[in-house]
Amino acid sequence: MTMADTKETDSPASGPASSFSLLDLFRRPEAGAAAGFILIFLFFGYFGVDKNFLTALGSSTWLNFASKVGIIAIPIAFLMIAGELDISVGALIPAGGIVLAMSVEHFGFNIWMGVLFSFVVAAAIGWVNGMLVTRTQVPSLIVTLATLFVVAGLNAYLSKQVAGTTQHSLPDAGVVSEFILGDYHSLILGDGDSAFTIFRSLQSSFFIWIAVAIGCFYVLHVSPWGNWILAMGGDEDSARNAGIPTDKLKIALFMLSAMAAALVGMTEAVLANTASTTTQFGMIFNTIICVVVGGVLLTGGFGTVTGVVFGTLTFGIVFQGINFTAFDKDLNMLFIGALLLVAVLMNDTFRNLATSASTKKK
Amino acid sequence: MSDNKTPVLEMRKVDKSFGPIDVLHEISLKVNQGEVLCLLGDNGAGKSTLIKTLSGVHQPTRGEMLMDGNPVHFDRPRDAQEMGIATVHQFGGTYPLMSVGRNFFAGNEPTKGVGPFKVFDRQKANRIAVEQVQKMGITRITDGDRLVGGLSGGERQSLAIARAVYFGARVLILDEPTAALGVKQAAHVLRIVNEAKRRGLAVIFITHQVMHAMAVGDHFAVLIRGAIAADFRKGAKSREEIADLMAGGESMADLEANIEGYMETHDGHVPEPAH
Ligand SMILES: Nc1ncnc2c1ncn2[C@@H]1O[C@H](COP(=O)(O)OP(=O)(O)OP(=O)(O)O)[C@@H](O)[C@H]1O
Ligand SMILES: [Mg+2]
Repeated sequence: MTMADTKETDSPASGPASSFSLLDLFRRPEAGAAAGFILIFLFFGYFGVDKNFLTALGSSTWLNFASKVGIIAIPIAFLMIAGELDISVGALIPAGGIVLAMSVEHFGFNIWMGVLFSFVVAAAIGWVNGMLVTRTQVPSLIVTLATLFVVAGLNAYLSKQVAGTTQHSLPDAGVVSEFILGDYHSLILGDGDSAFTIFRSLQSSFFIWIAVAIGCFYVLHVSPWGNWILAMGGDEDSARNAGIPTDKLKIALFMLSAMAAALVGMTEAVLANTASTTTQFGMIFNTIICVVVGGVLLTGGFGTVTGVVFGTLTFGIVFQGINFTAFDKDLNMLFIGALLLVAVLMNDTFRNLATSASTKKK
Repeated sequence: MSDNKTPVLEMRKVDKSFGPIDVLHEISLKVNQGEVLCLLGDNGAGKSTLIKTLSGVHQPTRGEMLMDGNPVHFDRPRDAQEMGIATVHQFGGTYPLMSVGRNFFAGNEPTKGVGPFKVFDRQKANRIAVEQVQKMGITRITDGDRLVGGLSGGERQSLAIARAVYFGARVLILDEPTAALGVKQAAHVLRIVNEAKRRGLAVIFITHQVMHAMAVGDHFAVLIRGAIAADFRKGAKSREEIADLMAGGESMADLEANIEGYMETHDGHVPEPAH
């Protein structure tokens, strides 16, 4: 590293050392996503300070929202890095919730058995997605568009057939499941006047998100499998020729995104004590926006978990933060559109720099 | 190198079809330890298909393959790799948005063990990758963290070759490795091929350049429309004869005379290609 650096700063074309480090920063898109987050945070912090944007309650509003998008966005990012898309998550969120609710309410499962069953169902749907994509060569956008509607239809149909309703109830099943999948409103410390609730408004999905991010960071950036995902997205034929089991890997990634979506559905069901079959079309766009704002290239082959986490935080603030400012609420769509455009342009700049700068410099 | 020893890799009457399209017909080929087999032939003759079959990308439709005299069946490229066969394919082989080190080891990552958690050993990968690429004469690459997208086409090609040379234990297959290379780098590749041969590897080398074939080949096989049209040892045929065979059996001298004659009568314009 050092050798190359000194050579570069010596050459007349590259200018002073500081401009080089700026270039270096540009070449790390997670830094771009982090910078974007800081800017947006300061912006909403300034305009929202009167309406409690910066208080614990205010922050938890957008953090809770971001965490639910974020849990799905990271596996979606893996798929996008590998050159695929998964929009069936819009139907897998409600599927996760209603399978859990029906397991407990209708089949009398213990809550954890219900969680396990819900994961198994989601994994099976993800497996079908993966098999269809790898065996038929039909683009994953179309395959998962089809499964989105198939699963959405099954959600409603089976709900009515099995439980006679599309609105399932899921009673509280004890503090442990409430803490792990719901929130901490029942966790009261002290008594009398000094009693207080920790994490009064923060939900467990926030901590699940952190865990998912750490696990996925390990897979993509630390373990050897991350290399396989990147290589598959960079050039699938070459990756297969290099001995990487591209089909199995892809199927595993579809299973992962389906399970992540089901997990979010389960947290929502535990929180609300109900599960509905309503397909969450909005989440399809939300997750893709977070991934792109997080610096993942639409063409595949590159992306970072840190970037996606910052992208999701930024998205969460813009989506929810408008409520803390004096701006008209209708403007948040406009903000998000602008954010997405800026992000895509930055990602393109990054790719051009990454694939051309080093040859130009010498 | 006597002819009666067991070949490292052998094809016996191998056919390959893609659905209704027959690409290879009854291919029988041998490649021995410490020898370079040059695979020659026109565009579309089936050279790449042949070596993809040898490296586990395709499976033969009929016929058998043997390694050290034992029948082998490669279901996937990994199977061939595990038998010590390393291949540089004609296209691709590198990933632009990954670092030199990650590219070099894609699919064969060096790891450090931390209990059940495997950790990609970036330092080791970068060190070996830079070392090996420099051995190929690409001394410009000093930083294993650098993204491959910033390298030139020839540098990327050299990286792919360096990788195969590093991983190939028994057989090295190179599909037009010199196509993108400058004179100096091509010479390096030829030197590397000779070095691999001296180390006792069996090498299969595909090229469209007679000079390169003559420089390294011990044994030549010419494919015309998916069948072996000629199979001979070094010295058995002249440079002109080889060039004719590489052009798919047509006489190069005739082709050249044709073009020259046309140019003389048409103010130096080359003829329209025949359709
Ligand atoms: N997967 C495939 N499906 C169908 N046809 C194929 C496939 N792969 C190769 N072919 C056909 O097989 C023939 C031989 O192709 P191949 O790539 O082996 O030629 P080649 O000798 O390597 O040519 P070149 O010198 O241009 O690299 C071509 O006509 C090609 O269209
Ligand atoms: Mg070819």
